[in-house]
Amino acid sequence: MIDPVFASRLQFALTTIVHIIFPVMSMGLAPFLVYFTWKDIRTGKPVYEQLRRFWTQIFAVSFVVGTVTGIVLEFEFGTNFAAFSTTAGELFGGPLALEGMMAFMLEATFLGIFVFGRKRVGNVLYMLSAIAVGLGTWLSALWILIANSWMQTPRGYELATENGQTIVQLVDPVAAYANPRFPWMFVHMQNAAVESVALFMAGLGAYFVFRHYVWGYPVENIGFWETTLKFGLLALLITAPLQVLHGDLYARHVVETQPQKFAAMEAVWETDSYVPEYIVAFPTSIQDLFDPRAKDIFGIGIPGGASWLASGGDPQATIQGLEEFEGPQPPVAIVFWAFRLMVALGFWFILLAVWGGYRWWRGELLSDDLLQKALMLSMPLGIVAVELGWVVTEVGRQPWLIQGVLRTSEGVSTGLTGVEATTTLAGFAVVYLGLLALYAYVVVRIIRTGPPTVDGPELDGAGTPASEVQADD
Amino acid sequence: MTDPASLATDPLFGLPLADLWFGLLFFIFATFLFLDGFDFGVGALFATREDADEREQLLSAIGPFWDGNEVWLVVFGGAMFAAFPAVYANLFSRHYLLLFAILGALILRGLAPEMYEQRHDEAWQRWWGRAFVIGSLTAPFFLGMFTANWLLGTTTIVTLPGLVVGLAVVALTVVDGVAFLRLKTRGDLRETLRTDGYRALVAYLVLIVVTLGYVYGAVPAMRAALFSAPVGVLVLATLVFAGVYAAATRADRYYVAFGAAAGLVFALVGIVAGLMYPAIDRAGGLTVETAIVSTLPLNLLSIGAAILLPLIFGYFVILYSAFSGPIEAGESY
Ligand code: HDD
Ligand code: HEM
Ligand code: HEM
Repeated sequence: MIDPVFASRLQFALTTIVHIIFPVMSMGLAPFLVYFTWKDIRTGKPVYEQLRRFWTQIFAVSFVVGTVTGIVLEFEFGTNFAAFSTTAGELFGGPLALEGMMAFMLEATFLGIFVFGRKRVGNVLYMLSAIAVGLGTWLSALWILIANSWMQTPRGYELATENGQTIVQLVDPVAAYANPRFPWMFVHMQNAAVESVALFMAGLGAYFVFRHYVWGYPVENIGFWETTLKFGLLALLITAPLQVLHGDLYARHVVETQPQKFAAMEAVWETDSYVPEYIVAFPTSIQDLFDPRAKDIFGIGIPGGASWLASGGDPQATIQGLEEFEGPQPPVAIVFWAFRLMVALGFWFILLAVWGGYRWWRGELLSDDLLQKALMLSMPLGIVAVELGWVVTEVGRQPWLIQGVLRTSEGVSTGLTGVEATTTLAGFAVVYLGLLALYAYVVVRIIRTGPPTVDGPELDGAGTPASEVQADD
Repeated sequence: MTDPASLATDPLFGLPLADLWFGLLFFIFATFLFLDGFDFGVGALFATREDADEREQLLSAIGPFWDGNEVWLVVFGGAMFAAFPAVYANLFSRHYLLLFAILGALILRGLAPEMYEQRHDEAWQRWWGRAFVIGSLTAPFFLGMFTANWLLGTTTIVTLPGLVVGLAVVALTVVDGVAFLRLKTRGDLRETLRTDGYRALVAYLVLIVVTLGYVYGAVPAMRAALFSAPVGVLVLATLVFAGVYAAATRADRYYVAFGAAAGLVFALVGIVAGLMYPAIDRAGGLTVETAIVSTLPLNLLSIGAAILLPLIFGYFVILYSAFSGPIEAGESY
């Protein structure tokens, strides 16, 4: 049997890592759906109805799976992290209650109208439903991130004793909920969600464009897929540079508020100045690859880059090393590699956006098959980057559950046995694998069925398949 | 509210907020059990219908609603976490496996209709149909067990009263489901549902009498509460609602029967609350007064709820009136 603390952590990690996929899809799709609905109602053009209906299907399954996995997370605070819930409930429960009442209710009720009610309600109510659903997803993020950011940079509280237990008492709600981490996290997360969906759309559109123009298998509705590709690219052009710029500033804020986490992100053990930012980094031997401390990293880096990142422009700046912090360290290797990969992906997405944008501008979007392949392969990478970012955030704050206040080991339910925790962990491992497989299955089916046929003139593609015309590379 | 500074020291308008939140918590729970209850009931009735068209009708009936209904459970959890954090922690960790059983059932129930609609071949629909039925039966059953264990302060998972209350809640969801479906369907299906309603009602009444008998006989600490005015009134109200339900179902007064089903659910949850008060976590030795969160967060929460709950009722009115009347199978977009 696994120790209940470890099993609870593993279970929470597994269940959040799976959950976040679906909110990313729904939060990222929200602005697109609002726009498509608006255009559908205003212009009545068939392509907007197709876009709205097609992406609403994807939204609806994401929402269902997001709901069933989300309830699990909420309950886990009580079942697995009871000591944490008792200690911090006063601060932490409020945002969750408000999230339920303000966000989930809005989203779930109007989704019924949005998905099933096009023929039953008028245009105005239908449009409002689209907005309510979209707003609901973003408000969910707002409240859950208030809760999480407070764990990273706790403010506005005092320690008190109640029923013989030390608890965190709310004294200043504004300081607590508008804590310094919150705005960073919210902007970074929401932009990441839109970026991830942009990549998904662009990749999907690219796949059909590639099939049609390069492989020469005529694709029905090719005009629809071209439009999808363009919407994806357009959104990527906006979000990709923003994400990297914002991430850069965000890192600076992390240095100020959680220096130990930042040292782990850069694997800096000894306090040093002029610390390089490794662009390519690799362990010097096989053992080092599995070294949880990521100590002997060989890297090719920008001299002074990490110092520059930490200080906001000074390559000579000093970075506090991990050795300066007493007590246990976070698992440095995980944080280090996850951070590196996220950053690398961030730059890759910019490259894709610029490349695609250039081809589009030159009118060569449909003929660059290398670009199309790159977009196809990058379809899931936005979500991968989100997962990595969360690993940096959550693993990087270890051993703290609430930074500087409560350790993770002290947060787990005291009565929980190894048998119970292992049973549910094993159960989730199986059930969630199945869940992911089913989600993928349904999404693929929706894609293969393609957009619904609607009344009105069919949207023509820009050209005919390669089987009829020579495709140029 | 007089001045902002007093938010940290005095309860809003001098109200007895701890008691109000105890009541609100059970009100939210009852709303969940009534609304999602008919979804569960539809799932149970799904097992009794073979015809593919009828099955489609059952699924279409709950299609736009079930997700919003289930959110009441999320809000129940959130409200308990925010207003009574120690209870949330104690209760949920104590009934660890039972809670995950509830979650497992809800996952199955949520996923199955979505999957069922994906493909139209027989084997696929048979399996997802079964999954839907199992999820819809076990979710209320485990919820009933959980409620009984919570009320009686037991620490073991499986207890006799837990099983009885579990079955009672399942029967109640069928009563509820019939009332809902008779609003949402037409023709043969609507006619034949009547019998299911009567049977479930009788089963529910028997199981409730057994439960109350058990409480009277085996839990001397609750005997006084059992005969207190609020609980006594709610027990009588249960009988009245049952009578109204039966009569309205016979007379095809669909809305009256639906209202009576709501009455039954709210009465049951009211009885539980009445028997529990002033304790809120018997096994953990917590009362409403000791478990309530401190004044500042409680005031903020109360302001939030006072603004948001009326809005939420508005959303539900909009949703249910957009889809009033029988729903056509396969209706969407
Ligand atoms: C599309 C996804 C994506 C991309 C391309 C990036 N990030 Fe990110 N990052 C996330 C998605 C994300 C996230 C949504 O997963 C996180 C987790 C928590 C959060 O607020 O955002 C995150 C966390 C996160 C953190 C940790 C903050 C904390 O501990 O609270 C930092 C410092 C950065 N990011 C910085 C960057 C930099 C410098 C990037 C590129 C150069 C970058 N991110 C690209
Ligand atoms: C959805 C995106 C998220 C992901 C992918 C994620 C990921 C993780 C991971 C990997 C861990 C394990 C860390 C470890 O134990 O080493 C963890 C722990 C935890 N996270 Fe998150 N997290 C997310 C969001 C949140 C949010 C929004 C909250 C709070 C509102 C939260 C609260 C916690 C808690 C309480 C733990 C357990 C204690 C701990 O291990 O520190 N997480 N999360
Ligand atoms: C680890 C802490 C988390 C908890 C406890 C949690 C809780 C929940 C719950 C209970 C639901 C179901 C709501 C319903 O019934 O409709 C849900 C869904 C949702 N969650 Fe989470 N969540 C967590 C992490 C996150 C994060 C990090 C985000 C995004 C920033 C997020 C965004 C959403 C959204 C948008 C939904 C709506 C369903 C969907 O669109 O997929 N959640 N969450």
